[in-house]
Amino acid sequence: MKRWILLGSGILLFAAAVLWLFFWPTRWSNDEINALRNLWIGSLPVLPPDPSNIYADDPKAAAFGHKLFFDTRFSSNGEVSCASCHQPELMFTDGLPISIGVGTTTRKSITIIGTAYSPWQFWDGRKDSHWSQALAPLESIVEHGGTRTQYALLIAKHYRDEYEAIFGSLPDFSDISRFPEEAGPVDKPDALAAWERMSTTDRESVTQVFVNIGKAIAAYERLILPAPSRFDRYVEALLNNDKKAMKTELSPDEVAGLQLFIGRANCIQCHNGPLFTNNDFHNTGVPTRQGLDLDDGRASGVQQLMNDEFNCLSKWSDAGEEDCTELRFVVSEGDQLKGAFKPSTLRNIAETSPYMHAGQFATLEQVLQHYNHPPVSPFGHNELEPLGLTNREMNQIIAFLRTLSGGVNSPPDLLTAP
Amino acid sequence: MNKQKISVIITAAITTIIIIVGFVLLMPVIGPRILHPIMMGNQSSRVNTDTSTSGLSDSGLYQVSWKSDPAKVPLNQIHTWTLHVETSDGQTVEDATILVEGGMPQHGHGLPTSPQVKEYLGNGDYLVEGLRFQMTGYWEVKFIISADGKSDSITFNLNIE
Repeated sequence: MKRWILLGSGILLFAAAVLWLFFWPTRWSNDEINALRNLWIGSLPVLPPDPSNIYADDPKAAAFGHKLFFDTRFSSNGEVSCASCHQPELMFTDGLPISIGVGTTTRKSITIIGTAYSPWQFWDGRKDSHWSQALAPLESIVEHGGTRTQYALLIAKHYRDEYEAIFGSLPDFSDISRFPEEAGPVDKPDALAAWERMSTTDRESVTQVFVNIGKAIAAYERLILPAPSRFDRYVEALLNNDKKAMKTELSPDEVAGLQLFIGRANCIQCHNGPLFTNNDFHNTGVPTRQGLDLDDGRASGVQQLMNDEFNCLSKWSDAGEEDCTELRFVVSEGDQLKGAFKPSTLRNIAETSPYMHAGQFATLEQVLQHYNHPPVSPFGHNELEPLGLTNREMNQIIAFLRTLSGGVNSPPDLLTAP
Repeated sequence: MNKQKISVIITAAITTIIIIVGFVLLMPVIGPRILHPIMMGNQSSRVNTDTSTSGLSDSGLYQVSWKSDPAKVPLNQIHTWTLHVETSDGQTVEDATILVEGGMPQHGHGLPTSPQVKEYLGNGDYLVEGLRFQMTGYWEVKFIISADGKSDSITFNLNIE
């Protein structure tokens, strides 16, 4: 009898030890607290100026850009605006694997929230400013599908006063033989031929208006910033040593996921800083989307950037050479650029499915599976190493990622059509 | 076989089963927290953790030191360093050509930017422009210094937090 009691209490003790280890409360080391502080929204610096756009912080330009952002007349079929693929209610994305404008694109739309902090725009960083980014979809035949003269004429017709109050007087575009309705350096033979027939001076006066459209849209987009999430409130509580608030903000599973995120799962190698992206380019071996060609990402993106007529060093940029440090010291060749893409911000990530540059993964579960068992890259070298996470650990990381949904920190009237 | 012997065997068997089952159940918890660091070795033992900011170049030609602006090397921000170059006997080196290389040895990749030294600030100081470290962890920055027909290099390690 005595032996059975001894055995029974042994079993109980063991079970208690198992349970204690299983629910081992997370204690943060100083290094971990540093890492958490770096991710905290409170570490986000004041929005840096954009020297390439002297209108970037002009409220009139932002109000004008707000209108342009939602105006579907700026497209070939009158149905597409920036907001078609960057819908405020979907965290400025469109919920599609690959975006649809007047045609079908080859990439997923990226959220605008917080991108004013990024030196590079697009998945491949082929643009180095907000305003030059805004111009590319306008001239893409599958996005807005319109042309430069079309847009300049639209400004003259519908926004003359607003435009002139910010940028000065508009050129006279009334002579249709000099300013055809459809002309621009686009992938449409007729419009391209018409553009090439125009005089250099006329082309430049149209391009100046076009550039200012981009600068106004950028002034608006700069105001679209991330709001604090549960994660941020947890870190704030941690920094204030407020254990009670810590417990109300994150569950033990979410905390365990956070610890994996900054630790063994290596997520903060690339998803670091308060926007959870290092804004660099990495090959993570994401498979090519069925029906699309191989996408070499940054390798082509950087070439387009250096040849871009609107880059930081171009005459349309307001920046001096000394302000273009990112472009001047850019890495333009090397194997590390092949198949490399910019890491997404993880703020609001649970609200912005599907994932990856062509929406290859529908769910965060698929994303975690990919990182846990990285495949051979379709192009170049996959930087990932297998993580050896259990299903439970992957679910904990996903639980943590869901705590990053805090929405947008912008005046509410900017989040709807004006 | 007597009764006592049987009960001893049963006790031993049950205990063994409990230990095995318990171990299997505990592996996902013990593994990452305790075994993983033991088996993989401490991170710091695999990289050069000497993060001093001055030193003698590889063949002993130059005494080199650097300081960053801002003073703490920032994560993910393009910034500049000042590199100070003297000969091993303390003479400032005036007209050196300096190339910059580097990367993360643990990850097998290079720098995310192409830093350059174009400006001589006087007094043996050179401006290193375009440095950016976009990942936390150990980085190497190598300077290849050529002056008066002689060339030497030095590699600094730094830990980005």
